Amino acid sequence: MQVHKYDVVIVGAGGAGMRAAIESGQRARTAVLTKLYPTRSHTGAAQGGMCAALANVEEDNWEWHTFDTVKGGDYLVDQDAAEVMAKEAIEAVLDLEKMGLPFNRTPEGRIDQRRFGGHTRDHGKAPVRRSCYAADRTGHMILQTLYQNCVKHNVEFYNEYYVLDLLMVDQEVTEDGVTRIQKRVAGVVSYDLASGELHVFQAKSVVFASGGVGKVYKTTSNAHTLTGDGMGIAFRRGIPLEDMEFFQFHPTGLAGLGILLSEAARGEGAILRNSEGERFMERYAPTIKDLAPRDIVARSMANEVREGRGAGPNKDYVLLDLTHLEPAHIDAKLPDITEFARTYLGVEPYTEPVPVFPTAHYAMGGIPTNIKAEVLSDNDTVVPGLYAAGEVACVSVHGSNRLGTNSLLDINVFGKRAGLAAAEYALTADFVEIPENPTTETEELLNRARSSEGGERVALIRKELQDIMDANVQVFRTEQTLVEALRVIDTLEERYTRITVQDKGKRFNLDLLEAVELGFLLDMAKVMTAAALHRKESRGGHFREDYPERDDENFMTHSMAYKDPRATETSGVRLETKPVIFTRYQPMERKY
Amino acid sequence: MEKEPASKVELAPGVGGGGEIPTFDITLKVRRYNPEVSDEAHWDEWQLTMYGTDRVLDALHKVKWEHDGSVSFRRSCAHGVCGSDAMRINGRNRLACKTLLKDLDTSKPILVEPIKGLPVEKDLIVDMEPFFQSYREIMPFLVSKGHEPTKERLQSAEERDRYDDTTKCILCAACTSSCPVFWTDGQYFGPAAIVNAHRFIFDSRDDAGDMRLEILNDKEGVWRCRTTFNCSEACPRGIQVTKAISEVKQAILTRKV
Repeated sequence: MQVHKYDVVIVGAGGAGMRAAIESGQRARTAVLTKLYPTRSHTGAAQGGMCAALANVEEDNWEWHTFDTVKGGDYLVDQDAAEVMAKEAIEAVLDLEKMGLPFNRTPEGRIDQRRFGGHTRDHGKAPVRRSCYAADRTGHMILQTLYQNCVKHNVEFYNEYYVLDLLMVDQEVTEDGVTRIQKRVAGVVSYDLASGELHVFQAKSVVFASGGVGKVYKTTSNAHTLTGDGMGIAFRRGIPLEDMEFFQFHPTGLAGLGILLSEAARGEGAILRNSEGERFMERYAPTIKDLAPRDIVARSMANEVREGRGAGPNKDYVLLDLTHLEPAHIDAKLPDITEFARTYLGVEPYTEPVPVFPTAHYAMGGIPTNIKAEVLSDNDTVVPGLYAAGEVACVSVHGSNRLGTNSLLDINVFGKRAGLAAAEYALTADFVEIPENPTTETEELLNRARSSEGGERVALIRKELQDIMDANVQVFRTEQTLVEALRVIDTLEERYTRITVQDKGKRFNLDLLEAVELGFLLDMAKVMTAAALHRKESRGGHFREDYPERDDENFMTHSMAYKDPRATETSGVRLETKPVIFTRYQPMERKY
Repeated sequence: MEKEPASKVELAPGVGGGGEIPTFDITLKVRRYNPEVSDEAHWDEWQLTMYGTDRVLDALHKVKWEHDGSVSFRRSCAHGVCGSDAMRINGRNRLACKTLLKDLDTSKPILVEPIKGLPVEKDLIVDMEPFFQSYREIMPFLVSKGHEPTKERLQSAEERDRYDDTTKCILCAACTSSCPVFWTDGQYFGPAAIVNAHRFIFDSRDDAGDMRLEILNDKEGVWRCRTTFNCSEACPRGIQVTKAISEVKQAILTRKV
């Protein structure tokens, strides 16, 4: 076991992690640990853009952006956080431009902007051009630009170091004469994939920026590596997870494959049609139609299919129609996604509509933080030295449904805040003593997976988990489907104790890695399903057919899921609530 | 903006396609190497039934998940944007997630090997450090002198277009590891590093072009390129790599961009 010592350790090297590292690396001794190489992170798969009210092409302001974000999240957004994000969006885009990001330009040479779902002028009057973009590879450009600037600032990366545990100690603190126990961060434990050795990183500050958990689903736009590790580590260590019932299904995944086709296609004028050739979004969102927020579009698509108006021989998808757009325009603004349609489905988007269906895309929930990116261990207690940003976190700017482009914004705004706060804390705080035998739990976890000979296959359990999540915890949910899903997850969890990992080596043992990842996936599927069962209303991305209305009286609250073996009814997940922060906007009916 | 599209259109019969996906059988041969077990590499092969929409990555996953969990390869996004799974497929450098099985000759075994010129760690996994070392040496970041504007720097659409092609690089190493010069001379910067230098040399906002040109004027720089076009053929992003290298050569000679 090797021990390293850094002021700040950042877990994850996607957009949020690298944005944090650029700030923290210039102020404090910083290490970034990633289970991949930085440029492999899934930020690079984001396509459409990053919204900021620059008003480069038409009138706009950050207050309209704040409102759209709050309404888009069906009023479950913490409005102080949304306001921070919309205000700082402008600087975040300009920061990236100064770092070198090659944005598309207007004829005057300014950053160009285009339309995106749910982003409107003057509180919903009409779509507004707010998304700053680089063709349909904005995420790629952000990831590359941030990596380039990490190289510039000599950020220290530990590539293919898989973090498996968070080290915290309980300390007594006395404030105003009251003594209480407080968790403090001591560091993390990581597993070096190349050598199979464990490395302990002692740190004053730890920033979690490890991304999402899309691989609990079968049909997903997410990378294979997005297995909820960061959320899982925090949850196992007693940190609650907030709003995990809210998972976004992106309307336009390539049918059957789930590969993302950006909402920018609709921003550039593409529309959805059913098997009858009808532009059905006119019925569901008469004002902004195909540019309604994702939850509404995804549900409308699923509804068209349920009512028999799906296209194709099995009537199981709808069509994204770009055929009325100029090929030159498509080439200039949407080159990558049209290539995906050609490569993976053999469809030519110039002349044929593209088969699409909702694909699991983004976790609105995650590790609870405040607007300084500090992690909370309950509704209001900060864990000193622990930070989270990006998809792993829930600040909450997305509420029950995230607007398109707001994730690239979230990672930049709150990644920067996390990096600054982590460095600032590290400059004044002392190291916390590493607990005795810091790797015991991690070694047990790995040894269990490595030495078990029960014969169950990791890939099969994972497939069955993904199947039940796709079938029962997708766009439409009921008490019955959720209870059944929990029951299946419990049996899968039991089988998971009897897996056999075939690769017994130390070097690049990715067979073992997948076994560990499956453990996190099972935990997170359970949390997501238990939280969905708990919320007996429909709001944003969470639609309960047995409770189809939003119920502000009983459920205008965040959910907080704690690991608790005593909560046997809900598979060891205890649900509590946390108040939503309101500043300017009172809840209204959500119509588009 | 285009005019509003029609509320309802006649769809062509059979639009979208789909339905029953055809299956076919393949033989997948993978070059195995694990120094924990043996110093010698060897080939393993499997007979697999695959679907018409499957890619080489799906075949590798099928082997790993159903037959032999020790087969090791990197992958992440699985749709050609993260650059993890560059490998030699039937002798050509490609991304496994972007290579459809049906586009290969499935009457013969499909051969999968690690990319060449970088030390093999295990099976299809190579040590990427020398590759990233070359990348870091060409100063792959915007260097801008003078006052920082309060808002964005201006750049015309034409200026932006000048370096568009080389911004697409995903650092997968398919180009560099297809280059015969790189195979024999590991000191050569290689196509990917030059592509990333090009991306900044031709960016109107950048002020360090001369320094990068000086770096690439080195004996291990652009002049080692023998214009064999392997790199351009290998690039999964369709970057015209050889053209970019030629433009850098030209810029060194004329000191004009």
